[in-house]
Amino acid sequence: MRKPIEKPKSVGPATVFINARLIDPASNRDEPGGLLVKDGVIADLGAHLRRNAPEGATVVDCKGNVLAPGLIDAQVFTGEPGYEHRETLKTASHAAAAGGVTTIVVMPDTNPVIDQVALVDFIQRRARDNALVHVHTMAAMTKGLQGEEMTEIGLLKRAGAIAFSNGKSSVVNTRVMRNALSYAKDFGALVVHHTEDPYLSSGAMNSGEVASRLGLSGVSKISETIMLERDVRLVEMTGGRYHAATISCQESLDVVRHAKARKLPVSCGVSINHLTLNENDIGSYRTFFKVRPPLRREEDRAAMVQGIANGDIDIIVSSHDPQDADTKRRPFAEAADGAVGLETLLSAALRLVHSGDITLPAMLKALTINPARLLGLHSGRLAKGAIADLVLFDPGEPWVVNKDLLRSRSKNTPFDEAKMQGRVLKTVVAGETVYEYAGVERT
Amino acid sequence: MTSKSNANALKVFPRRHLLTCEGLSANEINFLLDLADRNADHIRNNGRKRQVLAGRTLINLFFESSTRTQSSFEMAGKRLSADVMNMNVATSSVTKGETLIDTAVTLNAMRPDIIVVRHHAAGAVELLSQKVDCSVINAGDGAHQHPTQALLDALTIRRAKGRVAGLTVAICGDILHSRVARSNINVLNALGARVRIIAPTTLLPSSPERLGCEVFTDMWKGIENVDIVMMLRLQRERMESSYVPSVREFFHFFGLDHEKLARAKPDALVMHPGPMNRGVEIASTIADHSRSVIRDQVEMGVAVRMAVLEALSAHLPGFSEDAP
Repeated sequence: MRKPIEKPKSVGPATVFINARLIDPASNRDEPGGLLVKDGVIADLGAHLRRNAPEGATVVDCKGNVLAPGLIDAQVFTGEPGYEHRETLKTASHAAAAGGVTTIVVMPDTNPVIDQVALVDFIQRRARDNALVHVHTMAAMTKGLQGEEMTEIGLLKRAGAIAFSNGKSSVVNTRVMRNALSYAKDFGALVVHHTEDPYLSSGAMNSGEVASRLGLSGVSKISETIMLERDVRLVEMTGGRYHAATISCQESLDVVRHAKARKLPVSCGVSINHLTLNENDIGSYRTFFKVRPPLRREEDRAAMVQGIANGDIDIIVSSHDPQDADTKRRPFAEAADGAVGLETLLSAALRLVHSGDITLPAMLKALTINPARLLGLHSGRLAKGAIADLVLFDPGEPWVVNKDLLRSRSKNTPFDEAKMQGRVLKTVVAGETVYEYAGVERT
Repeated sequence: MTSKSNANALKVFPRRHLLTCEGLSANEINFLLDLADRNADHIRNNGRKRQVLAGRTLINLFFESSTRTQSSFEMAGKRLSADVMNMNVATSSVTKGETLIDTAVTLNAMRPDIIVVRHHAAGAVELLSQKVDCSVINAGDGAHQHPTQALLDALTIRRAKGRVAGLTVAICGDILHSRVARSNINVLNALGARVRIIAPTTLLPSSPERLGCEVFTDMWKGIENVDIVMMLRLQRERMESSYVPSVREFFHFFGLDHEKLARAKPDALVMHPGPMNRGVEIASTIADHSRSVIRDQVEMGVAVRMAVLEALSAHLPGFSEDAP
């Protein structure tokens, strides 16, 4: 592997975070303590640092708030290159930093599509020079995301592509999918797949009573499950590492659970939208709630939450997808899918903790160590020698989302005016503070 | 309307727009039907045009072509002395990529009093109504709603049968794509009728029973003892998308012929929102049969649209019976 393109590590005086509640899902740590950062890495941590600051270190009093590994978001769409008016790597990284996200994986659905070595290089360099957080590139698994010809998986991986995906569309051609899984296996590459049968998913929202009432064509759950079941068969045949990008219903969860029981290299993710919203939120054609897969019924949302609680679902992603007025202020069926989510990711996920559905460590696990392991990253943990990617947050602080204050260049949040409980106070990337809550909303 | 009835309109029908039949109360519907009844009689008695909307501007904004609905609204507006403008979408900037909202904002700046909108996308008319200051009437949005059609159907039934409550109405055909069906289910339920829908499963929406009706996939059973048979138009494109295999097969199982009609009540009425596909969903001889009230529906269309325009005009600022 070539030398990775990354930011220089910060060197200088140490910083010590005292009086924190340290939560590290990787080591099952949840205790009062402190953490020492030096030269961009975690130099020491534990209960002994709770009140004792080493000499010469800058002291940050966490006041009992949670100090956890920075979040890793494995599915972020930006507009760079091609749609910079919606989002750039820079604006996405500012949104990420404000949301406590220290690593983002950007998707290949850009213009041009990230299907060549030079483009992976471009993303990495642009990110190094402009982004506040770590940025990794998910490369296209087929040329132009057309689902017909495999990309140069080996060379792309060597250039730094962290995984391979067909973006927002499924590879319908079974032979191409089989070959991609087989070929990727030789390079130890991970295939991340959006599972939706295009013939069954041309509708505008989840199939059911609400769609019938609104006169919108429906997308049934089977469009997702049928593609997922096919993929699991191909994984069984090829042995390739496979991750279902975002599942949305109980039936898909059953397929994944069954595959895992058979020891297949299969994992899955869920978007924060499908954990916290359901189809009723669409109300009368609110296009900010139009996402892919579509928001499902409340039973399905509850099943997704259960999946996180018991570990059947591996990771939570924001599925951050900036869309502007041009694509969203349209009749529902014609509006684009997608919602921004980086800045609200942690606060929205905390809803599930406050409602008692999942524990804080279980929730953080799906946002830190699990995506780190999936993607082969060394971050996502609080450990001596690990990179100092950290988030400090107050899990109880109430606030109200105002879309106009979002750092993302696009304001299509489904959480506008939503009441949240829990907010990010400080985000640290490789020892550098990239976000600090000033106590009042910026204007 | 006199100023007294104007105040009454505001009280009974306190809406600025007519976008959907969902949530309309029996009171509101009957208020509109009573108004429409009077309009229908007025027209039948060769009454001259009324001055209710004199000096008011009505825009017919049709993104989807429709000869009958558009001319019906135009006629209704003119019978109330409104200045009617038909927006020809084919020559407008809509085809130049302007968004629906841009069009709405542009039209709004011209300060019309009422806009009648038809659009091919569900929810589009409501979206447009959020961006304008005038009253908006939904003349059909995708597969969602077509309120004036359901009202004119209810009026046709009420005039022919003397009531709506307690009647059994079968709506038959392409329910999945039909705004007429959805609107009618709402209005008929509100007025106390029993609604059945009849279609092959491929032309039914999911969870159809939740819409407030009894579901049949066998027309011979569904049509038994009904008071009203309401047929829907089947678009020929549906054959290409594998909803039904052929016209012949569809007509055999779901077309209205004399044999199937014989299973309905002897005095059952036949309705169709038009335009009809003779020989696809309805036998030609039935369309012209004495039990068919299809022509009455067209007549009631103008009367109902006048009533809706009247009711909404009560909300226009500076309303008065006479022109300023």
